[in-house]
Parts: sequence; C-alpha cells; structure tokens
Amino acid sequence: MRLRLRQLIVLLLFSQLAPALPAAAEEKAIVVASTTSTQDSGLFNFILPMFKAKTGIDVRVIAQGTGQALDTGRRGDADVVFVHAKPQEEKFVADGFGVKRFAVMYNDFVLIGPKSDPAKIKGGNDVVAALQAISKTEAPFVSRGDKSGTHAAELALWKEANLDPANTKPAWYREIGQGMGAALNTAGAMGAYVLSDRGTWISFKNKGELAIVVEGDRRLFNQYGVILVNPAKHPSVKKDLGQAFIDWLVSGEGQEAIRAYKIDGQQLFFPNAGEG
Amino acid sequence: MTALELIWSGDARLFQIVGLSLFVTLSATVLAAGVGMPLGALLALSRFPGRHALIVLVNGAMGLPPVVVGLVVFLLLSRSGPLGELGILFTPQAMIIAQAILIAPIIAALTRQVIEDLWAEYRDELTAMDVAGARRVVALLWDARFSLITTLLAGFGRAAAEVGAVMIVGGNIDGFTRVMTTTIALETSKGNLPLAIGLGLVLIAVILAVNTLAWAARGWSERHVG
Amino acid sequence: MRDRSNPLPIEFQDVAYAAGNTPILNAISLAISAGPPTLLLGPNGSGKTTLLKLAMGLLTPVAGRILYASDAEVARRRCAFVFQKPVMLRRSAARNIAFALKAAARAPEAATIERLLQAVGLGGVAERPARRLSGGEQQRLALARALARDPAVLFLDEPTASLDPAATKSVEDIIVRTAARGVKIVMATHDLGQARRLAGNVVLLANGGIVEQGAATTFFQAPATAMAKQFLAGELIL
Repeated sequence: MRLRLRQLIVLLLFSQLAPALPAAAEEKAIVVASTTSTQDSGLFNFILPMFKAKTGIDVRVIAQGTGQALDTGRRGDADVVFVHAKPQEEKFVADGFGVKRFAVMYNDFVLIGPKSDPAKIKGGNDVVAALQAISKTEAPFVSRGDKSGTHAAELALWKEANLDPANTKPAWYREIGQGMGAALNTAGAMGAYVLSDRGTWISFKNKGELAIVVEGDRRLFNQYGVILVNPAKHPSVKKDLGQAFIDWLVSGEGQEAIRAYKIDGQQLFFPNAGEG
Repeated sequence: MTALELIWSGDARLFQIVGLSLFVTLSATVLAAGVGMPLGALLALSRFPGRHALIVLVNGAMGLPPVVVGLVVFLLLSRSGPLGELGILFTPQAMIIAQAILIAPIIAALTRQVIEDLWAEYRDELTAMDVAGARRVVALLWDARFSLITTLLAGFGRAAAEVGAVMIVGGNIDGFTRVMTTTIALETSKGNLPLAIGLGLVLIAVILAVNTLAWAARGWSERHVG
Repeated sequence: MRDRSNPLPIEFQDVAYAAGNTPILNAISLAISAGPPTLLLGPNGSGKTTLLKLAMGLLTPVAGRILYASDAEVARRRCAFVFQKPVMLRRSAARNIAFALKAAARAPEAATIERLLQAVGLGGVAERPARRLSGGEQQRLALARALARDPAVLFLDEPTASLDPAATKSVEDIIVRTAARGVKIVMATHDLGQARRLAGNVVLLANGGIVEQGAATTFFQAPATAMAKQFLAGELIL
C-alpha cells in the first residue's frame, strides 16, 4: 500500500472528528442534568420535541441520580438542573450554584411489593405504618442507596416511622446503589418491597410477581424543581438558552405538555408551577 | 418492539446508535494505534534503564478498568477540571478519548511483542542496510502489518464491548452520545430484557462484521501485495 | 556530494571474538585489500561467518581492533552484506530495492531500480511479492539490494549454499561481473569448486585461527601447511 494512500485514510478518519469538535459553544443546545426516573418515564421524549419545534434549541439530557445531577450542576458540566429533592435543591441555590428554583410538577411514589405480601400491607394507604410492618416482619426491602431523589424520599419516610435501617443495616434491608429500573428488577428477583415513582413503575416491563401495595398517601408526593446553573460560578453556562427552557416549562404551553403525557392512558405528572 | 423488528423496519434511531458506536470505537482504535504502535515498537527496539519496569506497566495497563478510565477522563474534562476549557465533556469526542486511553496499552503491549519477535529475524539485515531510527520502526511495523491487524482487532473488540467509560464521559444522551452498550444497559435497567438481549446480539453481529471485513482485507492484501 | 572514500584495506589486528563463554576466533590478523575476490574457506564452525560480520561491523571484537582506511562511519556506508538466508521485506521485489536505495541515501528512481533488477536477471518480476520468489531469485534480489548501496566492498556469506546448480551459476556470474567492475568481493564458502572458480586470494580458517592465506593459485596448487593439504583432500578432521 503506498504511503500516500495510508495517509489519506488516516486523514479521512480524523476528519470525522474535526467538524464536531469546534462549534460546541455556538450550538443551539443545552445540557440538562436530570434523574434516571424522569428519563425512564419517557416524559422527555414527549415534551422535548415540542420545545425544539418552538425554539430550535436541542436539549441534551444527562440522566443520573439526584445527588449526581446536582453535582454535575455544581461542576458546571450542565446548564440546567431538573430534579425532585426540594431540600437539596434549595441548598444548591443557597450555596450559590443555582440562580433560582422554579416548581414545575409533581408525581407520586408508590410502595411496590410481591404478590405474596409477607408484611400483609396490601391495599393500605398509610405508608409509614406499612414500613413499620415491613421492619417488624423483617420482609426483604430493596433501597436504591444512590443519593437520588427517590432514595431521599425513602429515607425521609423511614425517619417518620422512627426507623433507621440505612444505618443499622439489618439483613432484610438491601442497598443496591443503582437506578429505579435496576431496583425494580432486583425487588422482583428477590420478592422484596421497594419504593418507586409511579412513572417508572407504569412503564416497567418486567413486573413479574410485583404489584402496588400502598398508594395515595400525601407523604408519597414527589415535587420537581428546575434551576439554572449560576453563570457567575461557571461563565460557560448557556444562560439565555437555559432560561428559555425554564420559562417554557413553567409557561402554559409547557405545563400543558406535561399534563398531556400519558402512559397506558394514565397521566403521570401533575403540573404545579408557582405552587410547590 | 423486538430488536429484529427494529432492524427490519430500518429504525432510524437504531441505525444512528450503531453508526455512532462504530464511529466512536473505530476513531478510538485509530487514535490508540497512532500512539500505541510506535510506542510498542520503540519499547521493543530500545534499551534504557527502567525498560523492564515500563513493559510490566504497559502490560498491566491492559487490564485498566473501563469505569476507572471513564472517571479519570471525566474529572479531567469537567468544567471544574483542568481541561474544562475544551468543553467536550458529554460529547462523542470525550468518548473517543476515553476509549483510546483504555485500549492504547493493549495495542502497545501486543505491538511490542510482535516487533520484538520480528526484530530477532530482521536485525542483521536491517543493520547491514544501515536502517535505524524512525525508518527502522516504520519498516518493522509495515512488515508486521498482518500480525498487527490482530492487535488492532483486539483493541477494537475491547473498546466496542465496554460500557463504563462511555457511560461516564458521554452521559448516555439520547440521540447524541448513546451507543450500543449504554443502550443495552439502559434497556436492562428499564426492565426491557428481550429488547436488551436483542440489541446485545446486534452488537455482537456488528463486531463480527468488522472482524470479518478486517480479515478479508488482510487476505486480499497478502495475496496481492505480499 | 557523495562520499567516495574507500574503506579498503580493512585490517584485523589480533582480533578475538567469543559468543558468551565460547571462543570463536582467536588472535586473527588479516588485511583485506583491493583486488580480486578473497574467499574464506574452512570447516563448519571455523568462524567464517563471524569474521565476515566483524568486518561489516555487525559484531564487535572482544579483543584486538579492526581498522578501516576511511573512518568507521564512511566504511559502513561503502560496505554491503548478502546473508546466507536473506530476509525479504514483505513487499514487491522492486520495492525491496527502493527501500535499500533510500536507506543508502540514494534516490529510488525507477530507472535505477530497473537497472539493478536487470543486472541480477530479475527484470521480469519487479512487481511480484519478494517472499513469493524462488530461493535462487531471493538470493539474487538480496544481491541486487546489496549492490543498490553502490558498495566498495561486498561481503557474502555462503550465498549459494542452499541453491541448485543452475541458480548457483547465475549468482556466481553476477559476482564475477561485479568483481570485474572493481567491487572488492569477500566471500565465505564451503564449496571448493566455487572457490577454485572465483578466488583471487584464499584465507583458510580452522579452530578459530588462520591456517593459511595467500594467492589462490598458490593455495590450490602448492599449499604450504599440512592442514591445508588435508583440507583440500577433504580429510580435515578437527
């Protein structure tokens, strides 16, 4: 093979890299750090094309646990943070990493369990009592254990039940350090209870022997907030494009788009901008 | 929808994901070869204090955990990190860099072995012809090209199969940095196990296709250029 | 400007060589001067190959020194070597020659390559992969590669040892023509007939030392030492 031909091929391959490299800053795109449960619910696939059609802005969603998403915002690797852990979000703004928190929508958590129901809690609407029953009967329970919004909600509920399995680490409490889908898979395989957001549960395709055992308790409501990462801390943040996204989410149009998203005919998210 | 249905219907997203996977991994292989092959050849041909320690290090680096490589590259490319100015975190470019770092040691270590073996055969002739330095390295690498194809395929395979590095530095962004392996991980976590397995088979088929093409190219070249 | 200094005469002064703990050559003193071909004779293991490699600079003496009329670097450039089992580069015959030309800092022009191939009778196989040539053809290509360096001295290590009579004759013809052009030939062989045909001078090696050396005619017709006589009679047992 002639030397020139070889060089040409290498050049061709590298030229694939070149066009994508420079214009990252000028692209009409933002990075939004959100959570795996929101991503898995399919909400973004539904509402983002509407936003793009209206503004031409590409929204690139990085789906992580809440803790990691906020960390991504702190580092300046995302332009907007969109999670569901109000205390952590308020701290994020108070610490100067975010500009302002806007409430967007809420969904709810449900307690999932095996059909065999060893703790005998099925059909109840008191999640705290249910958790106490699980602890008493030492029925297996899967925790996400990953600093996510769901994990934070789960820990808050154990606290209300005057229990602390995350620290006492009894054998029936299984921390897996992974996302909602993985937690449901594991719970199904182990015949264990698990706290899940309704959205992920509805679209979860591997339900097996699992079913909802407790729902409707007000303490299971899950509030979402959206925050622009502070450009004073990270000048590279695309503040105009990011703010455009936030403005759309809380506007009539965005809220209606959220309301319109359904799985199996069920609405998952309840828009409540200005309230939560 | 099963994976077969996706392929049959020419699903645009599936093809985009496969295309991106090939682009990232092939680019990473070329980049790693550009660094790893000369390095391996130099290791084979030079003698310097600490050479054996360096060889052990390079061999050991073949076992670098992908997720660790991903984490290190993430910290380097983050806006809060030393190379944040580049702004390439969560882009395919970051994925290419991470994978290239991951497989460069494999390519270097295997190249070193191939060139060392070849040098034993070529030493007298090349020395008699006054061939040294860069010319010597290029001549040996070129003559070893058939063995080195296997080295490249080893690097390619390792990169094509990994998920840890590309997940962390790419962010698995739908339509932008989502590749075959991260898609499989995602579908598994969503409980779409049949789809995940189907995609796994597609990935294996793509890797086999690349290997087949490479092997055919090698055969053709051997017959016509010798 | 191409350097035309000639490395000849090459002088060995009390040169010794050992491979690890095994001595191969002891106290060799020898002068290789311009003129007709010098042939190295001797039983297997007598050190012929080692002596050639020392002269070429591929090996370093363990004792003694080797002196060149020009400085060592120039000497390297004006010497070429043909190995008993030459290594063909994985490319065409023509590109093998181009490679040798470039390594010798000469322009790899098509005309030069063509001429070199014709000189060794390989004009018709320029584009064939070198590894697919026959044994004799590969040996001739190795010769062409060596001649591409435009050497003042050409070392050959038993170049026809593995060739059939026809191929042997082709190679010998090329060597004779090369010698006639003024290139000094230094060649090892175990073929007495070949030595008789080609030699101008003979050096007989045995037991790591020089047994006898001198003009070929003298050596073959009136050998001075008993060992030489035994060797010529095929009765040299060590």
